[in-house]
Amino acid sequence: MARNLQFGKAINEALFIAMEKEHKIITFGLGVDDPKRIFGTTAGLKEKFGSYRVFDMPVSENAMTGIAIGASLNGIRPVMTHQRLDFFLLTMDQLVNNAAKWHYMFGGKSSVPITIRLILGRGWGQGPQHSQSLQSWFAHIPGLKVVMPATAYDAKGLLLSAIFDDNPVIYLEHRWLHNLEGEVPEGDYRVPIGKANVLKTGNDLTIVSLSYMTIEALHAIEILEKQGVHCELIDLRTVNPIDWETIFKSVGKTGRLIALDTATETLSIAGEIVAKVSMEMFGKLKGAPTRIALPDFPTPTSPSLTDKYYKRAEDIVHTAGKMLGRKLDVQEILDSRKSPHDVPGDWFKGPF
Amino acid sequence: MVLRTNIDAKILIQLLYQMKRIRAVEETIAERYNEWKMRCPTHLCTGQEAVSAGVCAVLRKDDFVVSTHRAHGHYLAKGGDLKRMIAEIYGKAAGCSSGKGGSMHLIDKSVGFMGSTSIVGGTIPVGTGLGFSILLNGTDQISCVFFGDGATEEGVFYESINFAILKKLPVLYICENNLYSVYSPLCVRQPAERSISKMVSSLGIASDSGDGNDATEVYTKVINAVEHIRQGKGPFLLEFATYRWREHCGPNFDNDIGYRTEEEYLCWKKKDPIMLLENEMKNRDVFNPGEVQRVDSLIESEVHEAFSFAESSPFPSQDEAFIQLFKE
Repeated sequence: MARNLQFGKAINEALFIAMEKEHKIITFGLGVDDPKRIFGTTAGLKEKFGSYRVFDMPVSENAMTGIAIGASLNGIRPVMTHQRLDFFLLTMDQLVNNAAKWHYMFGGKSSVPITIRLILGRGWGQGPQHSQSLQSWFAHIPGLKVVMPATAYDAKGLLLSAIFDDNPVIYLEHRWLHNLEGEVPEGDYRVPIGKANVLKTGNDLTIVSLSYMTIEALHAIEILEKQGVHCELIDLRTVNPIDWETIFKSVGKTGRLIALDTATETLSIAGEIVAKVSMEMFGKLKGAPTRIALPDFPTPTSPSLTDKYYKRAEDIVHTAGKMLGRKLDVQEILDSRKSPHDVPGDWFKGPF
Repeated sequence: MVLRTNIDAKILIQLLYQMKRIRAVEETIAERYNEWKMRCPTHLCTGQEAVSAGVCAVLRKDDFVVSTHRAHGHYLAKGGDLKRMIAEIYGKAAGCSSGKGGSMHLIDKSVGFMGSTSIVGGTIPVGTGLGFSILLNGTDQISCVFFGDGATEEGVFYESINFAILKKLPVLYICENNLYSVYSPLCVRQPAERSISKMVSSLGIASDSGDGNDATEVYTKVINAVEHIRQGKGPFLLEFATYRWREHCGPNFDNDIGYRTEEEYLCWKKKDPIMLLENEMKNRDVFNPGEVQRVDSLIESEVHEAFSFAESSPFPSQDEAFIQLFKE
């Protein structure tokens, strides 16, 4: 039965279902069983499954990834969590050289069924080392699956798919989505990895989006519709492998593309989408495709510096107007804002 | 405490056979490398055979082993398939990694050899994780990690050992200290007065060190370490001093290029592990020249057969490069 659930609670529910179903699943990471329980996403797990299967870990990101890999070679399915993606950079050796390569470099004799949850975010002064969106780094490495849910439904369904997948999966969750509510069925269901979701249909323009930017896109589309512009919104859900078929089909219909990203612009996933669409569908395009992403700078801390740095719904509307040769109004979006630009909503009081 | 004098003659013969077999494989690779048919880097372990033989003689078939770029000895001693190893070095479809790994990426899960990799220190946490899986599964296996002295300079070494001690994991860490990391001597990498085994003992891991060219010493020390681990007392680290005779990577001798001396090499060559064991067997009057000759000829034909198999096996089709990205 469908009911509304928050994104963070959907993650928690997925973990419960998976661990109940399969006793070889373990969950670990710094703070997994601390009082805050990774923003509540691991709440109750230790009590239910015990400290052998749910545990805090030494501050040793690289080794702990290797340990997850080693354990997975003998039937264990580890789910590892980092409160910020940035800390996970200490583990690029184990991720890139071992996890991503193991199945291929041993001629398919073994595989590494691990899931790595990385939390990214924006705003509230997260600054240069607490907010990086490095999905294109991970997606660039052959052998890693990379998913980025935007809805509570996908948060649960994609996490279950990731955990039961026989390969390493990077699960990137945006902190600003944690309190977002949406329809989430009870029980075990899977959102397939590698399949995008068409969230809105329209004929004027295709917006390809991921993670939190999908929410900004939904706000933008609402305003655009009132002004007679009908967008198709594709939520990527998986950034490796990318569902090109769904993107091509949509751009074939609309002839226009805006790709959104939570990351810096150069060499981003959005850039890859623009490149591939330009190469494959040049004849069908009515104008140059474009991308909306962050400037190629580290994330500053002060709210006065992030005001123009982060991209929002009005940027999407402006860009759509430019592509269509029309001046579109964004006043309604600006007037509807109840909270400052550096928090996800009124409920957010910091600190992280 | 096991004493070396208690070692059964059968074990001595087994150790000798194992070392001779590894030596024959490595020296045949060296001899034939310039034919350009083995088209991948090879890191030979000639001179270091006693550690492989001594450690693996104690391990059970269902114990796990992971290793490094210099893995031939470990793979063979653990029972890895010789034909499939040589075929892998030849890049053939019948290779243990289907031609996708080469000399540095060996695997034979049927005997617990779970993989060797080529980034320094890279398998230390993997072997530790295998140890963790043993704990979670509640079996009485051991996970053994082979690595060199250079790997003890990597952060992941300390991170892994810390976790192994914390969780009392059944992991045997074997450090083969051969004094060099590529061409960088130990003295530019670690303080002269350091003993790796003593250093790590302050982390809380049981440890010991020994002569890595003395197969019976390796064997007895591993017996003690494995007993400690199987009793549930946690991980154990053994540091063995040894020396690689040939260059870091490739078939040649490199004492002339200026990073180590001929004298040093000759000094270690006098401690040839095979010769040392033969002498010990002679002293104990268990050396049977006829038997050794028989073993030598068995090894010769086995190695010859493995190279013939590798040479005559087909290459993988080019399309094979584009499969096995993910497990389906």
